[in-house]
Amino acid sequence: MKLSGRVHRYGANVDTDVIIPARYLNMSDPADLANHCMEDIDGEFVKKVKPGDIIVATANFGCGSSREHAPLAIKASGIGCIIATSFARIFYRNAINIGLPILECEEAAEDVKSGDQVEAELASGIIVNRTTGRTYRAKPYPEFMLELIESGGLVDYTQKKLGTAS
Amino acid sequence: MNLAEKILAAHAGKDRVSPGELVGVKVDVVLANDVTAPISITEFRRIGVERVFDPARVIFVPDHFVPNKDIKAAEQAKLMRNFAREQGTVYFEVGEMGIEHALLPEKGLVLPGDVVVGADSHTCTYGALGAFATGMGSTDVAVAMATGEIWMRVPPSIKFIYKGTMPRWVTGKDVILYTIGQIGVDGALYAAMEFAGDAVERMSMDARLTMANMAIEAGGKAGLFAVDDTTLSYVKGRATRDFTVYRSDDDAEYAQVLEYDVSVLEPQVAFPHLPSNTRRISEVGNIAVDQAVIGSCTNGRMEDLRLAVGVLRGHKVHPYVRCIVIPGTQAIYLQALREGLIEAFIEAGAVVSTPTCGPCLGGYMGILAEGERAIATTNRNFVGRMGHPKSEVYLSSPAVAAASAVLGRIGSPAELL
Ligand code: SF4
Repeated sequence: MKLSGRVHRYGANVDTDVIIPARYLNMSDPADLANHCMEDIDGEFVKKVKPGDIIVATANFGCGSSREHAPLAIKASGIGCIIATSFARIFYRNAINIGLPILECEEAAEDVKSGDQVEAELASGIIVNRTTGRTYRAKPYPEFMLELIESGGLVDYTQKKLGTAS
Repeated sequence: MNLAEKILAAHAGKDRVSPGELVGVKVDVVLANDVTAPISITEFRRIGVERVFDPARVIFVPDHFVPNKDIKAAEQAKLMRNFAREQGTVYFEVGEMGIEHALLPEKGLVLPGDVVVGADSHTCTYGALGAFATGMGSTDVAVAMATGEIWMRVPPSIKFIYKGTMPRWVTGKDVILYTIGQIGVDGALYAAMEFAGDAVERMSMDARLTMANMAIEAGGKAGLFAVDDTTLSYVKGRATRDFTVYRSDDDAEYAQVLEYDVSVLEPQVAFPHLPSNTRRISEVGNIAVDQAVIGSCTNGRMEDLRLAVGVLRGHKVHPYVRCIVIPGTQAIYLQALREGLIEAFIEAGAVVSTPTCGPCLGGYMGILAEGERAIATTNRNFVGRMGHPKSEVYLSSPAVAAASAVLGRIGSPAELL
Protein backbone atom coordinates (compact mmCIF):
# COMPACT_ATOMS: atom_id res chain seq x y z
CA MET A 1 0.00 0.00 0.00
CA LYS A 2 1.49 3.34 -1.06
CA LEU A 3 0.27 6.52 0.57
CA SER A 4 0.93 10.04 -0.55
CA GLY A 5 -0.08 13.38 0.87
CA ARG A 6 0.71 16.76 2.32
CA VAL A 7 2.12 16.93 5.83
CA HIS A 8 0.62 18.48 8.96
CA ARG A 9 3.39 18.57 11.54
CA TYR A 10 3.14 18.57 15.35
CA GLY A 11 5.55 18.12 18.25
CA ALA A 12 5.95 15.61 21.09
CA ASN A 13 3.28 14.12 23.39
CA VAL A 14 0.28 14.96 21.21
CA ASP A 15 -2.33 13.58 23.61
CA THR A 16 -5.77 12.11 23.01
CA ASP A 17 -7.43 15.07 24.74
CA VAL A 18 -6.22 17.44 22.03
CA ILE A 19 -6.86 14.92 19.25
CA ILE A 20 -10.51 14.64 20.30
CA PRO A 21 -11.52 16.58 23.44
CA ALA A 22 -13.68 14.70 25.95
CA ARG A 23 -16.50 17.20 25.50
CA TYR A 24 -17.22 15.35 22.24
CA LEU A 25 -17.07 11.85 23.71
CA ASN A 26 -20.82 11.78 24.10
CA MET A 27 -20.71 10.81 20.39
CA SER A 28 -19.05 7.86 18.71
CA ASP A 29 -19.82 8.27 15.00
CA PRO A 30 -16.45 8.78 13.28
CA ALA A 31 -17.85 11.45 10.95
CA ASP A 32 -19.13 13.51 13.92
CA LEU A 33 -15.80 13.09 15.70
CA ALA A 34 -13.85 14.15 12.60
CA ASN A 35 -15.53 17.58 12.77
CA HIS A 36 -13.58 18.23 15.99
CA CYS A 37 -10.35 16.42 15.20
CA MET A 38 -7.21 18.13 16.60
CA GLU A 39 -9.40 21.06 17.71
CA ASP A 40 -7.48 21.95 20.86
CA ILE A 41 -4.03 21.81 19.29
CA ASP A 42 -4.78 23.18 15.82
CA GLY A 43 -8.09 24.99 15.34
CA GLU A 44 -7.49 25.14 11.56
CA PHE A 45 -6.88 21.41 11.08
CA VAL A 46 -10.43 20.45 10.12
CA LYS A 47 -10.55 23.26 7.52
CA LYS A 48 -7.20 22.50 5.90
CA VAL A 49 -7.00 18.69 5.97
CA LYS A 50 -7.41 16.96 2.59
CA PRO A 51 -8.00 13.26 1.95
CA GLY A 52 -4.68 11.42 1.96
CA ASP A 53 -2.81 14.01 4.02
CA ILE A 54 -0.21 12.78 6.50
CA ILE A 55 0.32 13.71 10.15
CA VAL A 56 3.95 13.86 11.28
CA ALA A 57 4.84 14.22 14.97
CA THR A 58 7.72 13.42 17.31
CA ALA A 59 7.69 11.25 20.46
CA ASN A 60 4.77 9.57 22.25
CA PHE A 61 1.99 10.44 19.77
CA GLY A 62 -1.48 9.62 21.13
CA CYS A 63 -0.60 9.48 24.81
CA GLY A 64 -3.30 9.60 27.45
CA SER A 65 -6.72 8.07 27.17
CA SER A 66 -7.63 4.72 25.61
CA ARG A 67 -10.36 6.40 23.57
CA GLU A 68 -10.54 4.79 20.16
CA HIS A 69 -12.38 7.97 19.21
CA ALA A 70 -8.90 9.50 18.66
CA PRO A 71 -7.66 7.31 15.77
CA LEU A 72 -11.25 7.08 14.47
CA ALA A 73 -11.48 10.88 14.29
CA ILE A 74 -8.12 11.13 12.54
CA LYS A 75 -9.02 8.40 10.04
CA ALA A 76 -12.44 9.89 9.31
CA SER A 77 -10.88 13.33 8.80
CA GLY A 78 -9.13 11.85 5.77
CA ILE A 79 -5.61 11.39 7.14
CA GLY A 80 -3.96 8.53 5.28
CA CYS A 81 -1.07 7.83 7.64
CA ILE A 82 0.70 9.05 10.77
CA ILE A 83 4.47 9.11 10.98
CA ALA A 84 5.98 9.68 14.44
CA THR A 85 9.16 9.07 16.41
CA SER A 86 7.11 6.86 18.74
CA PHE A 87 3.49 6.18 19.61
CA ALA A 88 1.81 5.70 22.99
CA ARG A 89 1.02 2.00 23.27
CA ILE A 90 -2.77 2.06 23.43
CA PHE A 91 -2.92 4.46 20.48
CA TYR A 92 -0.58 2.19 18.52
CA ARG A 93 -2.85 -0.83 19.05
CA ASN A 94 -6.00 1.15 18.35
CA ALA A 95 -4.68 2.56 15.09
CA ILE A 96 -3.63 -0.86 13.78
CA ASN A 97 -6.91 -2.38 14.99
CA ILE A 98 -9.06 0.11 13.09
CA GLY A 99 -6.87 0.16 9.99
CA LEU A 100 -5.22 3.57 10.33
CA PRO A 101 -1.66 3.17 9.03
CA ILE A 102 1.08 4.42 11.34
CA LEU A 103 4.85 4.37 10.94
CA GLU A 104 7.60 4.83 13.51
CA CYS A 105 10.50 6.76 12.02
CA GLU A 106 12.55 9.20 14.05
CA GLU A 107 14.49 10.58 11.07
CA ALA A 108 11.39 11.49 9.11
CA ALA A 109 9.66 12.80 12.22
CA GLU A 110 12.56 15.21 12.85
CA ASP A 111 13.15 16.24 9.25
CA VAL A 112 9.80 16.58 7.50
CA LYS A 113 8.12 20.02 7.56
CA SER A 114 4.50 21.09 7.45
CA GLY A 115 3.36 21.35 3.86
CA ASP A 116 5.94 18.88 2.49
CA GLN A 117 4.63 16.31 0.03
CA VAL A 118 5.45 12.85 1.40
CA GLU A 119 5.05 9.28 0.15
CA ALA A 120 5.06 6.23 2.38
CA GLU A 121 4.98 2.55 1.61
CA LEU A 122 3.74 0.45 4.52
CA ALA A 123 5.22 -2.97 3.85
CA SER A 124 8.74 -1.73 3.14
CA GLY A 125 8.53 1.23 5.52
CA ILE A 126 10.15 3.48 2.93
CA ILE A 127 9.22 7.14 3.27
CA VAL A 128 10.09 9.63 0.54
CA ASN A 129 9.89 13.38 0.97
CA ARG A 130 8.99 14.60 -2.56
CA THR A 131 9.59 18.21 -1.53
CA THR A 132 13.21 17.72 -0.46
CA GLY A 133 14.01 14.45 -2.22
CA ARG A 134 15.11 12.81 1.04
CA THR A 135 14.36 9.17 1.85
CA TYR A 136 13.86 7.59 5.26
CA ARG A 137 13.21 4.08 6.50
CA ALA A 138 10.60 3.34 9.18
CA LYS A 139 10.84 0.55 11.75
CA PRO A 140 9.41 -2.55 10.07
CA TYR A 141 6.19 -4.02 11.48
CA PRO A 142 6.43 -7.32 13.36
CA GLU A 143 5.01 -10.12 11.24
CA PHE A 144 1.86 -10.54 13.34
CA MET A 145 1.08 -6.85 12.95
CA LEU A 146 1.44 -7.06 9.18
CA GLU A 147 -1.00 -9.97 9.22
CA LEU A 148 -3.46 -7.83 11.20
CA ILE A 149 -3.08 -4.93 8.79
CA GLU A 150 -3.46 -7.17 5.76
CA SER A 151 -6.62 -8.70 7.24
CA GLY A 152 -8.07 -5.18 7.47
CA GLY A 153 -7.86 -4.81 11.25
CA LEU A 154 -8.44 -6.85 14.39
CA VAL A 155 -12.15 -7.58 13.92
CA ASP A 156 -11.64 -8.96 10.43
CA TYR A 157 -8.65 -10.95 11.64
CA THR A 158 -10.75 -12.38 14.49
CA GLN A 159 -13.61 -13.21 12.12
CA LYS A 160 -11.17 -15.16 10.01
CA LYS A 161 -9.80 -16.99 13.04
CA LEU A 162 -13.26 -17.82 14.40
CA GLY A 163 -14.70 -18.60 10.97
CA THR A 164 -17.51 -16.08 11.52
CA ALA A 165 -16.77 -13.90 8.47
CA SER A 166 -19.97 -13.22 6.54
CA MET B 1 10.74 -14.22 35.83
CA ASN B 2 9.34 -11.02 37.33
CA LEU B 3 5.74 -10.51 38.47
CA ALA B 4 4.39 -9.32 35.10
CA GLU B 5 6.06 -12.21 33.25
CA LYS B 6 4.78 -14.78 35.75
CA ILE B 7 1.17 -13.66 35.38
CA LEU B 8 1.38 -13.45 31.59
CA ALA B 9 3.10 -16.83 31.28
CA ALA B 10 0.40 -18.49 33.38
CA HIS B 11 -2.36 -16.92 31.28
CA ALA B 12 -0.61 -17.83 28.03
CA GLY B 13 -0.25 -21.45 29.14
CA LYS B 14 3.53 -21.24 29.00
CA ASP B 15 6.34 -22.07 31.42
CA ARG B 16 8.27 -18.98 30.46
CA VAL B 17 7.77 -15.78 28.58
CA SER B 18 10.29 -13.03 27.93
CA PRO B 19 10.01 -9.35 26.99
CA GLY B 20 9.18 -8.70 23.36
CA GLU B 21 7.43 -12.02 22.87
CA LEU B 22 3.91 -11.87 21.38
CA VAL B 23 1.52 -14.09 23.31
CA GLY B 24 -2.18 -14.86 23.33
CA VAL B 25 -3.38 -14.56 26.92
CA LYS B 26 -6.61 -15.58 28.59
CA VAL B 27 -8.29 -12.71 30.38
CA ASP B 28 -10.01 -12.90 33.75
CA VAL B 29 -11.96 -9.68 33.49
CA VAL B 30 -12.99 -7.42 30.60
CA LEU B 31 -14.21 -3.89 31.30
CA ALA B 32 -15.75 -0.97 29.42
CA ASN B 33 -17.52 2.28 30.35
CA ASP B 34 -20.22 4.51 28.87
CA VAL B 35 -17.73 6.26 26.58
CA THR B 36 -15.87 3.24 25.26
CA ALA B 37 -18.55 0.51 25.37
CA PRO B 38 -20.65 1.83 22.47
CA ILE B 39 -17.77 1.31 20.03
CA SER B 40 -16.92 -2.05 21.63
CA ILE B 41 -20.51 -3.21 21.22
CA THR B 42 -20.61 -2.20 17.54
CA GLU B 43 -17.36 -4.07 16.90
CA PHE B 44 -18.55 -7.05 18.97
CA ARG B 45 -21.62 -7.34 16.70
CA ARG B 46 -19.36 -7.18 13.66
CA ILE B 47 -17.27 -10.11 14.89
CA GLY B 48 -20.31 -12.30 14.47
CA VAL B 49 -20.53 -14.19 17.77
CA GLU B 50 -23.80 -14.21 19.69
CA ARG B 51 -22.68 -14.17 23.31
CA VAL B 52 -19.83 -12.73 25.35
CA PHE B 53 -17.32 -15.38 26.44
CA ASP B 54 -18.42 -15.29 30.09
CA PRO B 55 -21.04 -12.78 31.33
CA ALA B 56 -19.71 -12.96 34.91
CA ARG B 57 -16.36 -11.65 33.69
CA VAL B 58 -17.56 -8.87 31.44
CA ILE B 59 -18.19 -5.66 33.37
CA PHE B 60 -19.82 -2.42 32.29
CA VAL B 61 -19.69 0.67 34.47
CA PRO B 62 -21.48 3.89 33.54
CA ASP B 63 -19.29 6.57 35.10
CA HIS B 64 -17.92 9.10 32.63
CA PHE B 65 -21.10 11.05 31.81
CA VAL B 66 -23.44 9.33 34.27
CA PRO B 67 -25.84 10.33 35.89
CA ASN B 68 -26.57 11.26 32.28
CA LYS B 69 -25.04 14.57 31.35
CA ASP B 70 -27.12 15.25 28.24
CA ILE B 71 -29.22 13.50 25.61
CA LYS B 72 -26.27 12.15 23.62
CA ALA B 73 -24.66 10.79 26.80
CA ALA B 74 -27.99 9.27 27.80
CA GLU B 75 -28.17 7.46 24.46
CA GLN B 76 -24.69 6.01 24.94
CA ALA B 77 -25.49 4.91 28.49
CA LYS B 78 -28.70 3.30 27.25
CA LEU B 79 -26.92 1.40 24.51
CA MET B 80 -24.52 -0.05 27.07
CA ARG B 81 -27.25 -0.82 29.61
CA ASN B 82 -29.32 -2.66 27.00
CA PHE B 83 -26.35 -4.72 25.87
CA ALA B 84 -25.49 -5.59 29.49
CA ARG B 85 -29.08 -6.76 30.06
CA GLU B 86 -29.18 -8.71 26.81
CA GLN B 87 -25.94 -10.51 27.64
CA GLY B 88 -26.47 -10.77 31.38
CA THR B 89 -23.08 -9.19 32.13
CA VAL B 90 -22.06 -7.46 35.34
CA TYR B 91 -23.45 -3.93 35.37
CA PHE B 92 -23.87 -1.21 38.00
CA GLU B 93 -26.82 1.14 37.82
CA VAL B 94 -26.54 4.72 39.06
CA GLY B 95 -27.46 3.89 42.65
CA GLU B 96 -24.75 1.26 42.92
CA MET B 97 -22.06 2.60 40.70
CA GLY B 98 -18.81 4.33 41.20
CA ILE B 99 -15.87 5.37 39.08
CA GLU B 100 -14.88 2.05 37.52
CA HIS B 101 -11.36 1.86 38.94
CA ALA B 102 -12.54 2.69 42.45
CA LEU B 103 -15.49 0.32 42.11
CA LEU B 104 -13.99 -2.92 40.79
CA PRO B 105 -11.40 -3.44 43.55
CA GLU B 106 -13.96 -2.45 46.18
CA LYS B 107 -16.42 -5.07 44.89
CA GLY B 108 -13.74 -7.77 44.78
CA LEU B 109 -14.19 -8.13 41.02
CA VAL B 110 -10.48 -7.80 40.24
CA LEU B 111 -8.09 -9.98 42.20
CA PRO B 112 -4.40 -10.77 42.60
CA GLY B 113 -2.92 -12.68 39.68
CA ASP B 114 -5.68 -11.67 37.25
CA VAL B 115 -5.18 -10.47 33.72
CA VAL B 116 -7.59 -7.57 33.25
CA VAL B 117 -8.18 -5.63 30.05
CA GLY B 118 -10.34 -2.55 30.09
CA ALA B 119 -11.37 -0.03 27.48
CA ASP B 120 -10.05 2.69 29.71
CA SER B 121 -6.44 3.72 30.07
CA HIS B 122 -6.53 3.73 33.88
CA THR B 123 -7.31 0.01 34.00
CA CYS B 124 -3.69 -0.20 35.17
CA THR B 125 -5.03 0.77 38.64
CA TYR B 126 -5.63 -2.90 39.52
CA GLY B 127 -1.90 -3.57 39.47
CA ALA B 128 -2.11 -2.40 43.09
CA LEU B 129 -3.66 -5.80 43.84
CA GLY B 130 -0.91 -7.71 42.06
CA ALA B 131 -2.93 -8.14 38.87
CA PHE B 132 -1.67 -7.55 35.34
CA ALA B 133 -4.19 -4.94 34.25
CA THR B 134 -3.91 -2.79 31.17
CA GLY B 135 -5.95 -0.32 29.16
CA MET B 136 -6.82 -1.00 25.57
CA GLY B 137 -9.11 0.42 22.93
CA SER B 138 -12.70 -0.49 22.26
CA THR B 139 -11.89 -2.91 19.42
CA ASP B 140 -9.39 -4.88 21.50
CA VAL B 141 -11.97 -5.08 24.25
CA ALA B 142 -14.65 -6.21 21.79
CA VAL B 143 -12.42 -9.11 20.76
CA ALA B 144 -11.67 -9.94 24.40
CA MET B 145 -15.42 -9.92 25.17
CA ALA B 146 -16.04 -12.30 22.29
CA THR B 147 -13.14 -14.70 22.79
CA GLY B 148 -11.88 -14.31 26.36
CA GLU B 149 -8.43 -13.86 24.89
CA ILE B 150 -6.20 -11.06 23.73
CA TRP B 151 -2.81 -10.74 22.05
CA MET B 152 -0.15 -8.95 24.01
CA ARG B 153 3.50 -8.23 23.74
CA VAL B 154 5.28 -9.19 26.95
CA PRO B 155 6.60 -5.86 28.22
CA PRO B 156 10.01 -5.26 29.70
CA SER B 157 9.70 -4.45 33.41
CA ILE B 158 11.21 -1.51 35.24
CA LYS B 159 11.58 -1.85 38.98
CA PHE B 160 11.06 1.21 41.17
CA ILE B 161 12.38 0.83 44.70
CA TYR B 162 11.21 3.37 47.27
CA LYS B 163 13.14 3.60 50.52
CA GLY B 164 12.63 5.53 53.70
CA THR B 165 9.82 7.02 55.71
CA MET B 166 7.51 9.45 53.98
CA PRO B 167 7.43 12.88 55.64
CA ARG B 168 4.11 14.29 56.85
CA TRP B 169 1.84 15.42 53.96
CA VAL B 170 3.71 13.25 51.44
CA THR B 171 1.33 10.66 50.00
CA GLY B 172 1.28 7.93 47.35
CA LYS B 173 0.18 10.61 44.89
CA ASP B 174 3.29 12.67 45.59
CA VAL B 175 5.52 9.61 45.15
CA ILE B 176 4.03 8.76 41.76
CA LEU B 177 4.01 12.39 40.58
CA TYR B 178 7.64 12.68 41.62
CA THR B 179 8.47 9.46 39.75
CA ILE B 180 6.76 10.65 36.56
CA GLY B 181 8.58 13.95 36.92
CA GLN B 182 11.86 12.05 37.04
CA ILE B 183 11.30 9.66 34.12
CA GLY B 184 8.91 11.67 31.91
CA VAL B 185 5.56 10.88 30.32
CA ASP B 186 7.18 8.28 28.08
CA GLY B 187 9.73 7.11 30.65
CA ALA B 188 8.07 3.71 30.95
CA LEU B 189 6.64 3.52 27.40
CA TYR B 190 5.49 -0.07 26.66
CA ALA B 191 6.96 -1.25 29.98
CA ALA B 192 5.51 -2.75 33.15
CA MET B 193 6.36 -0.71 36.24
CA GLU B 194 6.94 -2.80 39.34
CA PHE B 195 6.75 -0.81 42.57
CA ALA B 196 8.73 -2.12 45.53
CA GLY B 197 10.75 -1.13 48.59
CA ASP B 198 10.07 -0.65 52.27
CA ALA B 199 8.15 2.61 51.74
CA VAL B 200 5.74 0.82 49.42
CA GLU B 201 5.39 -2.11 51.80
CA ARG B 202 4.09 0.28 54.45
CA MET B 203 1.60 1.90 52.07
CA SER B 204 -2.14 1.37 52.42
CA MET B 205 -4.15 -0.20 49.62
CA ASP B 206 -5.65 3.19 48.77
CA ALA B 207 -2.19 4.69 48.31
CA ARG B 208 -1.09 1.79 46.13
CA LEU B 209 -4.20 2.13 43.97
CA THR B 210 -3.33 5.81 43.48
CA MET B 211 0.20 4.95 42.37
CA ALA B 212 -0.73 2.10 40.02
CA ASN B 213 -3.45 4.33 38.56
CA MET B 214 -0.85 6.73 37.16
CA ALA B 215 1.47 4.15 35.55
CA ILE B 216 -0.12 5.09 32.21
CA GLU B 217 0.96 8.68 32.77
CA ALA B 218 4.54 7.47 32.37
CA GLY B 219 3.51 5.52 29.26
CA GLY B 220 3.45 2.26 31.23
CA LYS B 221 1.47 -0.76 30.14
CA ALA B 222 0.89 -1.83 33.73
CA GLY B 223 1.96 -0.83 37.23
CA LEU B 224 2.30 -3.71 39.65
CA PHE B 225 2.74 -4.25 43.36
CA ALA B 226 3.70 -7.51 45.04
CA VAL B 227 0.88 -9.15 46.98
CA ASP B 228 1.42 -8.92 50.76
CA ASP B 229 -0.66 -8.95 53.96
CA THR B 230 -2.10 -5.52 53.15
CA THR B 231 -3.36 -6.87 49.81
CA LEU B 232 -4.69 -10.08 51.27
CA SER B 233 -6.59 -8.40 54.07
CA TYR B 234 -8.08 -5.97 51.52
CA VAL B 235 -9.20 -8.81 49.25
CA LYS B 236 -10.50 -10.94 52.10
CA GLY B 237 -14.25 -10.65 52.40
CA ARG B 238 -14.49 -9.10 48.95
CA ALA B 239 -13.33 -11.90 46.64
CA THR B 240 -16.02 -14.24 45.43
CA ARG B 241 -13.73 -16.50 43.42
CA ASP B 242 -10.31 -18.09 43.80
CA PHE B 243 -7.17 -16.29 42.84
CA THR B 244 -3.47 -17.06 42.54
CA VAL B 245 -0.65 -15.09 44.08
CA TYR B 246 2.43 -14.75 41.86
CA ARG B 247 5.76 -13.41 43.03
CA SER B 248 8.84 -12.11 41.25
CA ASP B 249 11.73 -14.54 41.48
CA ASP B 250 14.78 -13.39 43.41
CA ASP B 251 16.79 -13.48 40.20
CA ALA B 252 14.08 -11.83 38.09
CA GLU B 253 15.35 -9.61 35.30
CA TYR B 254 14.49 -5.96 34.84
CA ALA B 255 15.23 -3.59 31.98
CA GLN B 256 16.07 -0.99 34.61
CA VAL B 257 16.10 -0.65 38.39
CA LEU B 258 15.56 2.81 39.87
CA GLU B 259 15.83 3.73 43.54
CA TYR B 260 14.34 6.69 45.32
CA ASP B 261 14.63 7.96 48.88
CA VAL B 262 11.13 9.14 49.80
CA SER B 263 12.19 10.60 53.14
CA VAL B 264 13.46 13.73 51.37
CA LEU B 265 10.35 14.28 49.26
CA GLU B 266 7.99 17.23 49.55
CA PRO B 267 4.40 17.27 48.31
CA GLN B 268 4.46 17.55 44.51
CA VAL B 269 2.45 19.64 42.08
CA ALA B 270 2.32 18.87 38.34
CA PHE B 271 2.09 22.09 36.35
CA PRO B 272 0.23 22.38 33.05
CA HIS B 273 0.18 20.66 30.64
CA LEU B 274 1.93 17.38 31.46
CA PRO B 275 1.86 15.16 34.54
CA SER B 276 5.66 15.06 34.36
CA ASN B 277 5.93 18.82 34.78
CA THR B 278 6.33 18.51 38.54
CA ARG B 279 7.63 20.91 41.16
CA ARG B 280 8.09 20.70 44.90
CA ILE B 281 5.39 22.53 46.82
CA SER B 282 8.02 24.92 48.18
CA GLU B 283 8.89 26.11 44.67
CA VAL B 284 5.37 26.58 43.35
CA GLY B 285 5.22 30.35 43.88
CA ASN B 286 2.01 32.35 43.99
CA ILE B 287 -0.58 30.62 41.81
CA ALA B 288 -4.20 31.58 42.45
CA VAL B 289 -6.82 28.92 41.72
CA ASP B 290 -10.49 29.21 40.78
CA GLN B 291 -11.40 25.61 41.47
CA ALA B 292 -10.23 22.65 43.55
CA VAL B 293 -11.37 19.15 42.61
CA ILE B 294 -11.02 16.30 45.09
CA GLY B 295 -12.00 12.97 43.59
CA SER B 296 -11.46 10.73 40.51
CA CYS B 297 -10.16 7.18 40.14
CA THR B 298 -6.80 8.49 41.35
CA ASN B 299 -7.81 10.08 44.65
CA GLY B 300 -11.50 9.57 45.38
CA ARG B 301 -11.16 6.86 48.04
CA MET B 302 -11.75 6.91 51.82
CA GLU B 303 -8.18 7.74 52.74
CA ASP B 304 -8.24 10.68 50.32
CA LEU B 305 -11.48 12.11 51.71
CA ARG B 306 -10.26 11.71 55.28
CA LEU B 307 -7.02 13.44 54.42
CA ALA B 308 -8.84 16.35 52.76
CA VAL B 309 -11.22 16.79 55.69
CA GLY B 310 -8.28 16.68 58.08
CA VAL B 311 -6.91 19.73 56.28
CA LEU B 312 -10.21 21.57 55.78
CA ARG B 313 -11.64 21.18 59.29
CA GLY B 314 -11.72 24.49 61.12
CA HIS B 315 -11.21 26.41 57.88
CA LYS B 316 -13.37 27.82 55.13
CA VAL B 317 -12.93 27.42 51.41
CA HIS B 318 -11.61 30.72 50.02
CA PRO B 319 -14.46 32.88 48.67
CA TYR B 320 -12.87 32.92 45.20
CA VAL B 321 -12.60 29.12 44.97
CA ARG B 322 -15.15 26.47 43.96
CA CYS B 323 -14.22 23.32 45.87
CA ILE B 324 -15.81 20.20 44.35
CA VAL B 325 -15.62 16.87 46.18
CA ILE B 326 -16.54 13.62 44.39
CA PRO B 327 -16.44 10.35 46.35
CA GLY B 328 -15.28 7.49 44.09
CA THR B 329 -18.16 5.09 44.73
CA GLN B 330 -21.55 4.95 46.43
CA ALA B 331 -20.05 2.86 49.24
CA ILE B 332 -17.35 5.48 49.81
CA TYR B 333 -20.01 8.20 49.73
CA LEU B 334 -22.03 6.37 52.37
CA GLN B 335 -19.03 5.68 54.56
CA ALA B 336 -17.97 9.32 54.30
CA LEU B 337 -21.47 10.31 55.31
CA ARG B 338 -21.38 8.04 58.36
CA GLU B 339 -17.98 9.38 59.40
CA GLY B 340 -19.24 12.95 59.18
CA LEU B 341 -16.88 13.80 56.32
CA ILE B 342 -19.63 14.98 53.98
CA GLU B 343 -20.89 17.31 56.68
CA ALA B 344 -17.38 18.63 57.24
CA PHE B 345 -16.92 19.29 53.50
CA ILE B 346 -20.19 21.17 53.27
CA GLU B 347 -19.52 23.14 56.42
CA ALA B 348 -16.17 24.17 55.01
CA GLY B 349 -17.92 25.48 51.92
CA ALA B 350 -17.28 22.64 49.45
CA VAL B 351 -19.87 21.04 47.22
CA VAL B 352 -20.22 17.24 47.22
CA SER B 353 -21.35 15.30 44.13
CA THR B 354 -22.45 11.71 43.66
CA PRO B 355 -19.77 9.49 42.08
CA THR B 356 -18.87 10.36 38.48
CA CYS B 357 -15.79 11.07 36.38
CA GLY B 358 -17.37 14.45 35.68
CA PRO B 359 -14.79 17.24 35.68
CA CYS B 360 -11.78 14.90 35.60
CA LEU B 361 -12.06 14.60 31.83
CA GLY B 362 -13.86 17.90 31.27
CA GLY B 363 -17.20 16.15 31.01
CA TYR B 364 -19.46 18.10 33.34
CA MET B 365 -19.86 19.04 37.04
CA GLY B 366 -17.12 21.64 37.13
CA ILE B 367 -15.89 22.71 33.69
CA LEU B 368 -13.32 25.51 33.53
CA ALA B 369 -13.86 28.74 31.59
CA GLU B 370 -11.18 30.41 29.49
CA GLY B 371 -8.22 31.47 31.62
CA GLU B 372 -9.38 29.63 34.73
CA ARG B 373 -7.14 27.48 36.87
CA ALA B 374 -7.85 24.36 38.90
CA ILE B 375 -5.91 22.29 41.35
CA ALA B 376 -7.10 18.71 41.09
CA THR B 377 -6.37 15.32 42.59
CA THR B 378 -6.96 13.77 39.15
CA ASN B 379 -4.30 12.26 36.90
CA ARG B 380 -4.08 14.37 33.74
CA ASN B 381 -3.49 18.04 33.10
CA PHE B 382 -3.37 18.05 29.31
CA VAL B 383 -4.51 21.10 27.32
CA GLY B 384 -8.29 21.44 27.71
CA ARG B 385 -8.57 18.40 29.99
CA MET B 386 -10.99 20.09 32.39
CA GLY B 387 -12.64 22.54 30.04
CA HIS B 388 -11.59 25.46 27.87
CA PRO B 389 -8.37 24.88 25.87
CA LYS B 390 -7.01 28.01 27.56
CA SER B 391 -7.69 26.78 31.10
CA GLU B 392 -5.09 25.14 33.34
CA VAL B 393 -5.01 22.09 35.59
CA TYR B 394 -2.44 21.51 38.35
CA LEU B 395 -2.24 18.00 39.82
CA SER B 396 -1.67 17.28 43.50
CA SER B 397 -2.61 15.13 46.48
CA PRO B 398 -5.93 15.65 48.29
CA ALA B 399 -4.06 17.37 51.14
CA VAL B 400 -2.55 20.00 48.86
CA ALA B 401 -5.82 20.44 46.93
CA ALA B 402 -7.74 21.00 50.18
CA ALA B 403 -5.14 23.43 51.50
CA SER B 404 -5.18 25.31 48.20
CA ALA B 405 -8.98 25.54 48.33
CA VAL B 406 -8.64 27.37 51.66
CA LEU B 407 -5.67 29.52 50.70
CA GLY B 408 -7.07 30.54 47.31
CA ARG B 409 -3.69 29.70 45.80
CA ILE B 410 -1.66 26.53 45.53
CA GLY B 411 -0.13 25.87 48.91
CA SER B 412 0.89 23.32 51.48
CA PRO B 413 -1.33 22.01 54.28
CA ALA B 414 1.55 22.93 56.59
CA GLU B 415 0.62 26.59 56.03
CA LEU B 416 -2.74 26.06 57.71
CA LEU B 417 -1.44 24.65 60.97
S1 SF4 C 1 -11.97 9.54 36.94
FE1 SF4 C 1 -10.94 10.51 35.21
S2 SF4 C 1 -9.16 9.26 34.77
FE2 SF4 C 1 -10.52 8.07 36.10
S3 SF4 C 1 -11.74 6.82 34.70
FE3 SF4 C 1 -12.86 8.71 35.08
S4 SF4 C 1 -12.25 10.11 33.44
FE4 SF4 C 1 -10.79 8.44 33.49
